Amino acid sequence: MLTLTCPYCGVTVEETELYPGGEAHLKRFGPGSTDAEFESYMFARKNPKGVHFERWRHAYGCGKWFLAARDTVTWEVFGTYSAQTPEPPAALVATIKQKRPGWEGWK
Amino acid sequence: MSQRLAKGGRLIDRTKPLTFTFNSTRYTGFAGDTLASALLGTGKSLLGRSFKYHRPRGLVASGVEEPNVLVNLGEGDRLEPDQRATTTELFDGAVAASQNHWPSLAFDVGAINDYAYRMFPAGFYYKTFMVSTWAWHKIFEPIVRQAAGLGAAPRRADPDRYEQAYAYCDVLVAGGGVAGLMAALKAAKEGKRVILAEQTAHWGGRAPVDGGEIEGMAPEAWVKKTLEVLGAMDNVRLMTRTMVAGVHDHGYVIVYERVADHTPGDDRPRHRLWRVRAGVTKVATGAIERPLAFAGNDIPGVMLASAVRDYIVNWAVSPGEEIIVVTNNDDAYRTALAALKAGLKVIAVLDARPTANGPLAEAVKAKGVRVMPGHAVSKVRGKSKVVAVEICKQESAGEVVEVLGCDVVAMSGGWSPVVHLYSHAGGKVLWDEAAAMFRPDPARPPTGDKAQPIAEVVGAANGALTLTALCAEAGLAGGAEAEAPLAPVWVMPAKAKDKLKFKAFLDFQNDVKVSDVQLAAREGYASVEHTKRYTTLGMATDQGKLSNINGLAVLSEALGQPIPQTGTTTFRPPYTPISFGAITGEARGEIFQPLRKTPMHGWHETHGVHWEPVGLWRRPYTYPRAGEGHRDSVNREIVNTRTNVGLLDASTLGKIVVNGPDAGKFLDMMYTNMMSTLPVGKCRYGLMCSDNGFLIDDGVVVRLSEDTWLCHTTSGGADHIHAHMEDWLQCEWWDWKVYTANLTEEYAQIAVVGPKARMLLEKLGGMDVSKEALPFMTFKEGELGGFPVRIYRISFSGELSYEIAVPANMGLALWEKLNEAGAAFSAMPYGTEALHVMRAEKGFIMIGDETDGTVIPQDLGLGWAISKKKEDYLGKRAQARVHMTDPDRWTLVGLETLDGSVLPDGVYAVDEGVNENNQRKVQGRVTSTYYSPVLNKGIAMGLVKHGPSRMGEVLDFPADNGVVIKARICDPVFYDKAGEKADV
Amino acid sequence: MSEMMTGAVSPLNGKTIATGFATVAEVGLKGMVSLRADLGSKALAKALKALGLKTPAPREIVTEGGRSVAWMSPDELLVLCGYAEAAGVATDLEKALAKEHALVANVSDARAMFTVAGARADEVLMKLCPVDFAALKPGEMRRTRSAQVAAALWRSGPEELSLICFRSVAGYVMGLLEVSSRKGGEIS
Repeated sequence: MLTLTCPYCGVTVEETELYPGGEAHLKRFGPGSTDAEFESYMFARKNPKGVHFERWRHAYGCGKWFLAARDTVTWEVFGTYSAQTPEPPAALVATIKQKRPGWEGWK
Repeated sequence: MSQRLAKGGRLIDRTKPLTFTFNSTRYTGFAGDTLASALLGTGKSLLGRSFKYHRPRGLVASGVEEPNVLVNLGEGDRLEPDQRATTTELFDGAVAASQNHWPSLAFDVGAINDYAYRMFPAGFYYKTFMVSTWAWHKIFEPIVRQAAGLGAAPRRADPDRYEQAYAYCDVLVAGGGVAGLMAALKAAKEGKRVILAEQTAHWGGRAPVDGGEIEGMAPEAWVKKTLEVLGAMDNVRLMTRTMVAGVHDHGYVIVYERVADHTPGDDRPRHRLWRVRAGVTKVATGAIERPLAFAGNDIPGVMLASAVRDYIVNWAVSPGEEIIVVTNNDDAYRTALAALKAGLKVIAVLDARPTANGPLAEAVKAKGVRVMPGHAVSKVRGKSKVVAVEICKQESAGEVVEVLGCDVVAMSGGWSPVVHLYSHAGGKVLWDEAAAMFRPDPARPPTGDKAQPIAEVVGAANGALTLTALCAEAGLAGGAEAEAPLAPVWVMPAKAKDKLKFKAFLDFQNDVKVSDVQLAAREGYASVEHTKRYTTLGMATDQGKLSNINGLAVLSEALGQPIPQTGTTTFRPPYTPISFGAITGEARGEIFQPLRKTPMHGWHETHGVHWEPVGLWRRPYTYPRAGEGHRDSVNREIVNTRTNVGLLDASTLGKIVVNGPDAGKFLDMMYTNMMSTLPVGKCRYGLMCSDNGFLIDDGVVVRLSEDTWLCHTTSGGADHIHAHMEDWLQCEWWDWKVYTANLTEEYAQIAVVGPKARMLLEKLGGMDVSKEALPFMTFKEGELGGFPVRIYRISFSGELSYEIAVPANMGLALWEKLNEAGAAFSAMPYGTEALHVMRAEKGFIMIGDETDGTVIPQDLGLGWAISKKKEDYLGKRAQARVHMTDPDRWTLVGLETLDGSVLPDGVYAVDEGVNENNQRKVQGRVTSTYYSPVLNKGIAMGLVKHGPSRMGEVLDFPADNGVVIKARICDPVFYDKAGEKADV
Repeated sequence: MSEMMTGAVSPLNGKTIATGFATVAEVGLKGMVSLRADLGSKALAKALKALGLKTPAPREIVTEGGRSVAWMSPDELLVLCGYAEAAGVATDLEKALAKEHALVANVSDARAMFTVAGARADEVLMKLCPVDFAALKPGEMRRTRSAQVAAALWRSGPEELSLICFRSVAGYVMGLLEVSSRKGGEIS
């Protein structure tokens, strides 16, 4: 059972206090978008063996959504950050690249 | 015969005799005994029957690895099956019974299986039961069900209480032996928060029995001193009777404390499950001695060498009088020495190695004991107890060279480090060829959130099997006699003929023999994981603590490949079984799950309510009176509400306030219809969809002020709709100025419904509730009968209706006042079933009935509630997809049976022909169906292909037992089609 | 809403259980005002000052003169006060923040509040909440889970913890506290 640090509360909490929200950094496609765009937004999800960006909500705490970067194999957590972040922070990306030289990047 | 020795026994207190019962006979033991030592002390050696062949079995081990002696412990509501006698502390009045035999332990009919062993080879079940499904159902399954399992399942509720607790530490040490104590002391001195858990009631592990010296002290004295130091430190928690069950991701460790197993009924919780977050778990779990695989190695009296000396030294119990030791290592000589010291006779030591001249062997020889290097057991003679040993050369097929009488065989095949905890969360092990054991690979530990190791191994668990090695590892002075290296022996004798291998057991608990594993290899089972399942090796309660390595080695030999190539099985938590009570913790009875109660809950209870669970809420379903069935009372409540006035506890309705300069814009995205244009003071019914287009919730939205709206949700939906709103606000439109607050529980809400509703409110007084002052679909704040309220003119029944919100703490008082004042108007409370029938009579949809996660508003004829003007709302893009706009989608209609009966819920309307799977085609289904007491007939709603354009058409609904019910498609509004009754 | 207090009764009407190794009690009627706003705003600081309080730091609860204000999230505070004064406090805050983007809601009736008192009070909540109580400092507000429901808790005295939960599950939480504080269940 994993633990994550809520970037707002600064407290490290266990999974039972969190609510999972799936892949992070999705771009919403609304009316006017093509079927392919909508499909990729609504249905297509990454399932990487390794580095992954996820949404988590501190449901039993401050109620805020935040984002986490972690390794789906080793469960190493590279960092957590605010949900109001359109793409992973550069410093975090650099850290991951250093730890996982073969990583293809977040996109 | 086994017996209690006249003196000695470091763990027992002879001044405290305890009485216990085994198989209905009373015996006496001592405080400090385990059930196993006490039984052995009474002279009992036949203590159980094996699982498959019902062979007589006795104790093999002295600790958690014991595979044989599992008993039914306790009686009545405290009966618990499959309890290991070796880990059950004796207490006064303990009641135990042996398992897996009929009619008695001594004479067991099932033992016929033993003579038929050739009929039960590896994979017997798979091979036999796959013959035909008929035979499985008619013949085999009933027999297997009768024979399955070991102990008896308790039939009564457990009277004990259990709990869980959370703990946090830097270092959790698993195991209170010398290595664990050393690790705990080191960490504690560094100022770390330490938890030290020992699964038995005693500290020190094996060292006090095996001897040696630590820092100039005997092990027992060193343990005592170290405990005193640790006990005085604030940063250390010492726990006995506490087993580390599993190490999980991010240092989450499950720890099982047997608080009161040894003191039943003393008002303490029986077990406590600790949920520990540990920076690192120091695995100091020691090692387990391996049996040797020779013919008859399961006969009562054949025991692990370490267990024989444990019984002698710890509990002053001798498993017999004449002992033969058989070994492939030096450590087993300690058993000979301990036995001699206790005055027992050691007949011989059979050492499978070609030479035996280490210091321990020499010490045994010096006492006049015959040591036979290069020799082995060909076969143990005896039936329900050991009588003699047939001796052969180890390098032979088992030709007997001599027969020696004895009543105990103490065997040792070397030691296996207990690597379970290291493996649970992904730590890897490597094969140590010289020591013939798997040991943890320090380069591949289980890792945590910062990629740091979350488990480290010390002591015997790390392969430091001797006290000398263990002290060296910890950097302390100390040690014991030097030991010569062991020689791996997997089958005894090395070239044993088949007849011997048929009785050479690898897994005592599952009756798996050397021959079974070799057969599996011949049949193509190359993977240890497959072989394990095929033969049942290493399964069940002991999870292969004794059998894993021997089984693996035999398989490797049979496959002609080295052991590491065959691999090792995965160790899974828990290390030893833990109770369901501990897993359940406090969650049983009244607090099994949270029960949500409205402020009027208690009133409903005292007024004969029949409850309906709605999410975690309990809502009144109906209030049956004396002599009424539920259907009668529901009908009465409906008729009364439509004739006079009914009162509904609507407090569970979700109430979410949405506020801010962008609140209107936000709600226009949340709802399919336009909410930004709702005038202040007005109410509007709204629909909410997921962005995948499906209808997820509905309710009335109220505009409280220029920048504040109140959104009502369904009872079950409040929390997730609030979360849904916050998700979009926080993660998509975070620059919009909108705040939400879930005020569901701040208000009790009471629906006053029916033609006399207004009269009732007027009687309470304080507010003008006339049509003019408070028109339909508006709201008003004020004081009603002295209560601060907000009244909404909304209706879910089609009647004149007021929904009154009052601060929850006053909810009960207002409810009581309405009931009291309502008496003059024949007011009655009504429940959710009456509510459902009345909404169905009006053709109103219900989330969860008409919707199931695949239904869009367009399917329900709710196009009028979907804004055509808005550029966007959640679900709009999805609703434009091809499948969503398909004219063949099933659409909402009313259904009335031709004979006035009530359609069964969920039945399908069939169509002509069959589909590609040769199933009858369908063209619709029933979503809601009720008896309407007002119309005196069954009414229903359903989704039907091209439904609204097929009014009057009759459909076939096959129900149970071949009955086909005919129903006509009609308008879903059955009652007051013009809607005149609500707007008055 | 008005100041009328017609028949107001707290969820468990002040139920107390003193037979365990710690005393658990529902504290009865308690005023609570939820406030969502920009926590850095000057108007907010001023409004809190008028109540004798100050803006709390993240995870802090500030107590002054019988009132408290707790940090609940980056844009949410909870003011604790007397039940009868809650409506007035809400109105005052609303007025003071009229020009701000803010949401003030009286939630006094939506919650239940408990105290767990005694030298072993921590041991009761250790059994229910995934919280390291040794690290919970006075003045710290911890929002967490108590068994299966949401809870907020803090040290309200030298040997006392206070806990807030939703009103509807007050009976459930009382059940949790009762069984967890039962004698014999002390964690030695």
